Amino acid sequence: MGQWVSEIWHSREILYFLAWRDVKVRYKQAALGVAWALLQPLFTMITFAFFFGKLAGIPSDGVPYPLFSYSALLLWTYFSVTLSQVGNSLIANSSLITKIYFPRVLLPAAAALGGLLDLFVSSVFLIGMLLYYHMTPRWTVLLTPIFVGQTVLLVMGLGMLLAALNVRYRDVKYTIPFLTQLGLFVTPIIYPVSFLPHRFQGWLALNPMTGVIQGFRACLFGGGQVDWDVLGCSWIVTLLLLLIGSWHFRSTERVFADVV
Amino acid sequence: MTESITVENLSKRYELGALQQETQLRDQLVRLLRAPFGRRAPKEVLWALRDVSFTVQQGEVVGIIGRNGAGKSTLLKILAKITYPTSGRVRARGRVAALLEVGAGFHEELTGRENIFLNGSIMGMKKKEVDAKLEAIVEFSGLQRFIDTPIKRYSTGMRSRLGFAVAAHLDPDVLIVDEVLAVGDAVFQKKCVSAMHDLRGGGRTVLFVSHNMAAVENLCSRGMWIAEGRIKLDGPMREVIEAYMGSFASADGASKALIAADARGGSGEIRFTRVEFRSTDGGLQTVTRCGKSLVIRLHYRAKEPIERPAFALRMYTELGTLVTDTGTWLHGLDIPLVPAGDGYLDLEIDSLNLVPGRYYLSLKVDSLLETRVYDALEHAVHLDIEEAPIYGLSRRIDSRFGLVFFPQRWRLDGIGSGARIEVSPAANG
Repeated sequence: MGQWVSEIWHSREILYFLAWRDVKVRYKQAALGVAWALLQPLFTMITFAFFFGKLAGIPSDGVPYPLFSYSALLLWTYFSVTLSQVGNSLIANSSLITKIYFPRVLLPAAAALGGLLDLFVSSVFLIGMLLYYHMTPRWTVLLTPIFVGQTVLLVMGLGMLLAALNVRYRDVKYTIPFLTQLGLFVTPIIYPVSFLPHRFQGWLALNPMTGVIQGFRACLFGGGQVDWDVLGCSWIVTLLLLLIGSWHFRSTERVFADVV
Repeated sequence: MTESITVENLSKRYELGALQQETQLRDQLVRLLRAPFGRRAPKEVLWALRDVSFTVQQGEVVGIIGRNGAGKSTLLKILAKITYPTSGRVRARGRVAALLEVGAGFHEELTGRENIFLNGSIMGMKKKEVDAKLEAIVEFSGLQRFIDTPIKRYSTGMRSRLGFAVAAHLDPDVLIVDEVLAVGDAVFQKKCVSAMHDLRGGGRTVLFVSHNMAAVENLCSRGMWIAEGRIKLDGPMREVIEAYMGSFASADGASKALIAADARGGSGEIRFTRVEFRSTDGGLQTVTRCGKSLVIRLHYRAKEPIERPAFALRMYTELGTLVTDTGTWLHGLDIPLVPAGDGYLDLEIDSLNLVPGRYYLSLKVDSLLETRVYDALEHAVHLDIEEAPIYGLSRRIDSRFGLVFFPQRWRLDGIGSGARIEVSPAANG
């Protein structure tokens, strides 16, 4: 493991160039360019605000519903879009894997890092919304990077597992969109955790994104009741997935070039 | 001398069928349901490499040849750490750069310049190095005008030029090259060859796989012939090439019986029975390479004594162009009498200055005394002339360059002292 980490460290420039490539290529020849990073969560938020916030009257912990859902969509969009990119990173770069040696884990890592640009762009809009709703950010806003970081770790853990499986079983390619689609509903994005009957809330905590989004919102809006159990559970699941993901990746990466 | 590459008992096994059949989870589940406790169906196993061991000294340039599927590429891939051996060990000293495909990892949407950085970095260059060498790389590629154009607009040739330009500046201790000289135009090939010559001069270890025998012979001092996953022969490049090419032509390829030939004319008192291609030192020559010597032995059988016959041989190209017509009469030879029985004549050619390709021989024996043809065979046998370095270069010369080449040289004295004449290092080799 130590050797693995040191090799990755030596190849950090490759990581940078791969991430740079992903970012550079993503919006080439798209007229709206990087604005697409904003449009997706924005329009989802507008739709949600209309159907769930206005028509269905779903509560939002005292925060304006658009702000409530957008703050979660920010992380969720990064999670779902990047997870699918990380999961497909090996098969999408099969020509590289079969022709050049470099630490394979750089491919999923580059995809996970490359997605952060989109997150950054859509975060700028979040600041705009906070100003619009006259929400003065508290000092806890400085803690939000913790949850962004946790999302990256989660995407890496789950993504390494899926990417390695994807090399052998292309089923994974079809599983990821399905997974993220379901995830949208079993994560408190549209609704607050308190909206669910109490006996379901425990189950929701098993979804690591629940803790991430709760913590992220708490940092942004205050709100008082931080559920430490949920946060702890979320971190345990995240680190467990990271461990399983990197273990599986490590134990299968030798055959990638033969199988992909 | 230090050892640059050490390979010990290397084997690589592929499981055939296993790759395609069970890449869907469904198939595995179905199998599990059908026979929950059954053993897995035995898989067909292919040993791409079997117990291969060798060492390469620093600075050696080794050419690896062999038929398709012999295991050459698997060997290179293992040396390049792209794939892992089933058993055995590989040790390489210093930075290893593998060029298995020119421009691997290029991205269509990125410009030439951006791809230099991307490709260079993945191949193991630091960003600082790329920065420092950028200008030289661009100049080597000859793509100055297009360097800020996305490479999706590049032609295949331009892509490979860019790819090789990056590779030529990697500055590795060990360079592994797989069949890259096959691409690009003649001018660029020349550049690649001289870049590889520079590597050779710089004490770099090079492993080079190619099907271009002329390039391999010109560049490499040591050769390795791989067949069926094993090293069949390891030795001086020229010997290995000749043994390898000899394996294509079986011994009877060099000695062709003519008795059964259908379309033959003539009255038949004397007939050609066999044609043999021999080397000047006596034995059968299974491989005939351009520019080298050749003895064509014509065996005959005379049913009765033949007075004053004339033997003749014509050589045609595959397209039917007459290359040469030669015979005993043309050489002023008057054979008073051929006794009854078997015999032969030798035609000795000092230097077969024909471009590589397939040629056909027609044979005739007639009489100087009367208008009588004893035996005539059109396109009786073919002669394959294989590549060899022509003009001392690795350039692949074939029918596009005409039919023949002469021992020759260009004199540039008349151009004047102001002209800077670029001589590729290959020309001196």
